[in-house]
Amino acid sequence: MAEYLIKNGFVFDPVIGIRGDIADIAIKDGKFVETSEVKDPKVIDAAGKTVMAGGVDVHAHVAGPKVNVGRNFRPEDKLFTYKPRSGVERMQGGFSVPTTIRTGYNYARMGYTTVMEAAMPPLYARHTHEEIRDTPILDQGAYPVFGNNWFVLEYLRNDEIENTAAYVAWLLRATKGYAVKVVNPGGTEAWGWGLNCENIHDPVPYFNITPAQIVKGLIEANEYLGLPHSMHIHANNLGNPGNYTTTLDTFRLSEGIRPRSKFGRDQVMHHTHVQFHSYGGDSWANFESKAPEIIDYVNSHDNITIDLGAVTLDETTTMTADGPFEHHLTELNHLKWANTDVELETGSGVVPYIYSPSIKVCAIQWCIGLELALLAKDPMRVFLSTDHPNAGPFTRYPRIMKWLMSEEARNQQIDSFKYRDKVIDATNLAGIDRELDLYEIAQMTRAGPAKALGLSQIYGGLAPGLDADVAVYDFNPNEPYAPDDIETAFSSAEHLFKTGVQVIRDHEIVSNGNKRTLWVNAKVNENPQVMRDVREKFLRYYTVTLNNYEVSGHYLPNPYVIEVDATQ
Amino acid sequence: MPHSEVRRGMETVTLTMKNQPDLYLEADNITPDAFAGKKVEEIADLHVYVGREQHRLGEFFEVSGRAGATPETTKIVINGDLSRVKYIGMKMTGGEIVVNSDLDMYVGAWMQGGRITVNGNVDSFAGTGMKGGELIINGNAGNYLGAAYRGDWRGMSGGKIIVSGNAGSDIGTFMTGGEIIIGGDVDVHVATHAEGGRIVIKGNAKSRLGGQMVEGEIYVFGTIDLMMPGFAYRQDVDIDMDGIKGRFALYEGDLGERHRKRKGQTIYGKIYQLIEA
Repeated sequence: MAEYLIKNGFVFDPVIGIRGDIADIAIKDGKFVETSEVKDPKVIDAAGKTVMAGGVDVHAHVAGPKVNVGRNFRPEDKLFTYKPRSGVERMQGGFSVPTTIRTGYNYARMGYTTVMEAAMPPLYARHTHEEIRDTPILDQGAYPVFGNNWFVLEYLRNDEIENTAAYVAWLLRATKGYAVKVVNPGGTEAWGWGLNCENIHDPVPYFNITPAQIVKGLIEANEYLGLPHSMHIHANNLGNPGNYTTTLDTFRLSEGIRPRSKFGRDQVMHHTHVQFHSYGGDSWANFESKAPEIIDYVNSHDNITIDLGAVTLDETTTMTADGPFEHHLTELNHLKWANTDVELETGSGVVPYIYSPSIKVCAIQWCIGLELALLAKDPMRVFLSTDHPNAGPFTRYPRIMKWLMSEEARNQQIDSFKYRDKVIDATNLAGIDRELDLYEIAQMTRAGPAKALGLSQIYGGLAPGLDADVAVYDFNPNEPYAPDDIETAFSSAEHLFKTGVQVIRDHEIVSNGNKRTLWVNAKVNENPQVMRDVREKFLRYYTVTLNNYEVSGHYLPNPYVIEVDATQ
Repeated sequence: MPHSEVRRGMETVTLTMKNQPDLYLEADNITPDAFAGKKVEEIADLHVYVGREQHRLGEFFEVSGRAGATPETTKIVINGDLSRVKYIGMKMTGGEIVVNSDLDMYVGAWMQGGRITVNGNVDSFAGTGMKGGELIINGNAGNYLGAAYRGDWRGMSGGKIIVSGNAGSDIGTFMTGGEIIIGGDVDVHVATHAEGGRIVIKGNAKSRLGGQMVEGEIYVFGTIDLMMPGFAYRQDVDIDMDGIKGRFALYEGDLGERHRKRKGQTIYGKIYQLIEA
């Protein structure tokens, strides 16, 4: 493979601890190496430009059946967005639910190289992997959902952690999944009865278990296995005024639990899109930010990581395995609604949504997302996300960076809100003058998520030995710049390398890369009871047989398997 | 604005079809907005699509005359057989287009201002998502006249569509404003999901008028084969406005839908059927 030397850039890298100093980065055989190890490299002149590791997205909805429902039922999202094939680029289209091809290219344009699909219904794992396979450039993994799964509910009702762990290990292998995802624990199953679980002690009908038991049990099973990532949760009561107490109650379920993982993470709970879970008030009329209360807890508990779910003020498509929430949303905005029940496992809903700056609630939501990032004490544990496409499309990450890095940009936005004064009264953002620097951005978008995923041995930094994923941006942090320059520069990387292959040169995509699919193969002691339960449930309840369920090799043409040994 | 004022200072570009496309021609560049301020050669250089291939407008049309400096002062007259040409006048904001031919789909789609006159029949999706201006069709219209784009909940919101002949099915779907006047008969599904606007049908209607309609008005001068069960007869009313004159039976609905209130009164979608002129 070609050797490269990226010379004289301003390097921001939390892994090697370099904060904008000029340094050279060398690439050989797909990895970063010491500059002395490259003999005849192609030289990239990065003088006056910013150099960062490839971005890592810990939570986005980019592949699988509900994303495709969004694409299918929103032809208007594709209107006037198609771009014909040119060069190595294939045809691409869509805005909030783009085609797989555009997903890969647009992440790459922002300098991202790793993106995790945040909710894979196990029954539709094959579809999810087909879309992942068709997403160019990016390394990807997918999190199967466990929080409403009948096996899990039945095992955890009886505190059977070992059986839960054995089932988790089996399902990760069967679906080629990466981590344990929990969405509205118990609530989506309750939705099958037309009900919901609105707090962590609200019992699940028939199963006689509470969300608290599910969450705590899955944390314990996750640590029993020692998986690379922690239990990854979207808690109960998303999107409702006053829900911050449910969020704090959920956080507390992790208290006293330490990670048992060899993969270098410090957290046992990753709570996703926390913006949607930081609401005060008891109605839309007195709706307000409780971001300070939420982030205070996160700041003082180092076994938790979060991502933002920041609102971008766009027209977008909401999609989640939280079926009851999507029904609630369609009742609010009267727009079209799709709903699916996934047999023994989960459910989902999809509804378009417009986050309008002229609507007070939307403006408050926008403030909350940014407050979480700006009040965070440890950017290694608070990650940039929009819960794409729920709070906005991922293509707005550079705009969020602009807002986080510039008080002027935030104030411009606040001043343009129709209900400016009411929004300021209900939030804290207008009083925050913190401006993040690029080192902190690199923590929130590279080093932090890579570490939380248990992937700091390959991603998130520029240290020798790591995979050579690196972006060069046409941005000089030492010269005066306007806030919009940040957005422009980080929307279009000048150069991007993915495992040592140059995929963007002079802002143009020049290669479809060498995409890999990550999955976790956890070995456990033989567990005849769980295997008998699996066989029985497939015979009795599933509409498919086991043979038509498991994801076999050809769905993952370029797998990257992470082996975990939990036998004992 | 009176007619004569619009015309004052207008320059005219004439397009004459000289070659038929192998497939269909997508000509969203045929607008006063795209032509304004351009020389004849520059207009001929504007692109059109045939399938996935890009061509020059001049490959299919003889271009003559001159364009005005602005869209408002530009008139386009098109002659020849345009029955395989789509998207004429798309998104136009001002000026005028006169087409002396039948047309394929999407004429005047998303238009915001100005006037299009078609002396012939048009296929489906004419005036899709229209926001303003006038679309006059001296002939028949196809399906989805003045409707929302597929999947969209934001249909025609302003402007006026006048069809001298008949129209097809699904007219005014998701309409929120503006007016559609049909001189003849219409097929099924009128103003489905509408939240405003007015549709006047001077001939006969079939069935499924106002399904899931929340707000807006439909006037029918002729017969209605079948009234939706979600509409209830209220009273007879006398009307004399905007060329709508006579005694009408008023039906309100769709009773199965949500409806907002104004000054304590629930607002319904309204269907008026002429009893006597």
